[in-house]
Amino acid sequence: MTDARTPALSLGPVYYLWDGPKWRDFYFRIADEAPVEHVTLGETVCSKRQHFTEPHVAEVVERLEAAGKTVTLSTLAMVTLERESRHVRDLIGDSDHPVEANDLSALGLVKDKAHSIGPLVNVYNAVTAKVLAARGAENICLPPELPMNSIERILQEMPGFSFEIFAFGRMPLAISARCAHARSKGLSKDNCQFICGQEPDGLPLKTLDRQSFLVLNGVQTMSNSCVVLLDELAALKAAGIARVRLSPQDCDMVAVAVLYRAVLDGQMESEEAIRRLAGIYPGVDFSNGFFHQREGAAWIARGRNAAMGHG
Amino acid sequence: MELICPAGTPSAFREAVDAGADAVYCGFRDETNARNFPGLNFSRPELRESIGYARSKAVQTFVALNTFMRAGSEALWYQAADDAVALGADALILADFGLMAYVAEKYPDQRLHVSVQASASNRDAIRFLVEAFGAKRVVLPRILTVQDIARLTRQIDCEVEVFAFGGLCVMAEGRCSLSSYATGKSPNMNGVCSPASHVKYRQDGDTMVSELGAYTINRFGPDEASGYPTLCKGRFEIGDAHGYAFEDPVSLDVVDQLDALREAGVSALKIEGRQRGKAYVAEVVSSMKKALAAPASERNALVARLRSMSEGQRTTAGAYDKRWR
Repeated sequence: MTDARTPALSLGPVYYLWDGPKWRDFYFRIADEAPVEHVTLGETVCSKRQHFTEPHVAEVVERLEAAGKTVTLSTLAMVTLERESRHVRDLIGDSDHPVEANDLSALGLVKDKAHSIGPLVNVYNAVTAKVLAARGAENICLPPELPMNSIERILQEMPGFSFEIFAFGRMPLAISARCAHARSKGLSKDNCQFICGQEPDGLPLKTLDRQSFLVLNGVQTMSNSCVVLLDELAALKAAGIARVRLSPQDCDMVAVAVLYRAVLDGQMESEEAIRRLAGIYPGVDFSNGFFHQREGAAWIARGRNAAMGHG
Repeated sequence: MELICPAGTPSAFREAVDAGADAVYCGFRDETNARNFPGLNFSRPELRESIGYARSKAVQTFVALNTFMRAGSEALWYQAADDAVALGADALILADFGLMAYVAEKYPDQRLHVSVQASASNRDAIRFLVEAFGAKRVVLPRILTVQDIARLTRQIDCEVEVFAFGGLCVMAEGRCSLSSYATGKSPNMNGVCSPASHVKYRQDGDTMVSELGAYTINRFGPDEASGYPTLCKGRFEIGDAHGYAFEDPVSLDVVDQLDALREAGVSALKIEGRQRGKAYVAEVVSSMKKALAAPASERNALVARLRSMSEGQRTTAGAYDKRWR
């Protein structure tokens, strides 16, 4: 058990489409090896993908809990179809696990049930956080777009409440009814052939001047750059953050978790951790611009004001 | 169906009223609304005068306070809500739960409309907003088909307003940080998307390059008309292919779906375009008003000119048509 002042590590849901065995094995390894206390899992981006992972959810949850991790079930980010509404209702109604609300429909259904608020719900201020806390939210993962000024202010106004920060991973930037991923391969959402499964770490979208920019993940658009808040952990810890979220990428997430844990525990300098991270998740730009009230893609190196890595 | 019309200036407001709007929506000249563009929007005295004019013609005024309150600066949004209520706004259009809670508690009799920026796309979401904040109307995000809308209106105790004409968000509204990823300025936090302050045009040989922040959004050959670099309407490279990855530079146009939307139980049609000039507003409002009253067979002729005034001179039914997905 970590003491109350040291933030816990939390693993967010896999946003990509991974096939069932890959998804299951990923979580088995997390259960056995990763120093994370909380795991949120389940399809979040596209309801059409649910059948890939559903057969494995029970065994994954069991393995994670046997390893002492708390498990939260993620709800869909976008609910438009009757089938999707039903799925969210069933998930919230039938499960004996807490859920993470990622859209407004879940918010309406979770009132008397233990739940968290995911980073895809717009919480930009403490007034909104208090409204959600009054309805029973026990943990709120703030949106990646928030600058430190806002984070600090929200934490000051709700001392003791459990807030979580999105500290590693490509950022979910947008979601659409249209599937740009399928479209890029000449398909439509309704006849997509689960083509997004071909890119387990997202499909790179570059500018016409060949700058790395975004990745497509089904109906979701993500940053090409990977958020890395390692230099910022000390400030976040001082501000009273309860949880630090790692969002799964197709890289060695156990190694990522070990690095973040080491920096949180003061066992490793953040500079060294950033250097090692570049080896664990190679070929990807890092960013922390939103945190520093800049464009999200910017990378602000510690001790310097220079923005680097537009890639 | 009511026709809800945009006004970015007092003169556009007057044009919209005169052209037959049932309600006009507008915002204050600051970051409390999602069209926070230079030279646009209303001072308090301007809003007072505009509401007075609308009243004299039995037209309603909706005030959009549809950005998310910046932590620590909530007073700016509260003051805007207080002023809009005091000036006689017929409805406030809100996106932030915290602001909804403030208005619902302080002004329980004030009509509260849920902005498209809140992204309420299904019955459970809307029931939550009705139960928690007494919402009377919800503006639906542009991610639903007409069939989805028809099903939804039967399941909720809340009026539904949908976008009918003008700019088209490709992404679910209020859930998009693409603009701030490239520029640091977003619809949710600053009331702007792909802001002009971060736009550059650069000539590269005979190619015109449009940039947003550090990123190329499009490259136009000598025979192409160049357009504004709205991020989600840009051309990009995926694998070996180049193209409009999210959406072509087109506008929304549901004139062909008017009867279907009416039958679906839609209460109001919203026209986008607070950033457009008063001549555009007058033309689009009067044409849409005529189209609503005309038989389906005559509508195309009534709106033909409008379509030529649209972004990219081309229009789409967007998500209202299932095939758009």
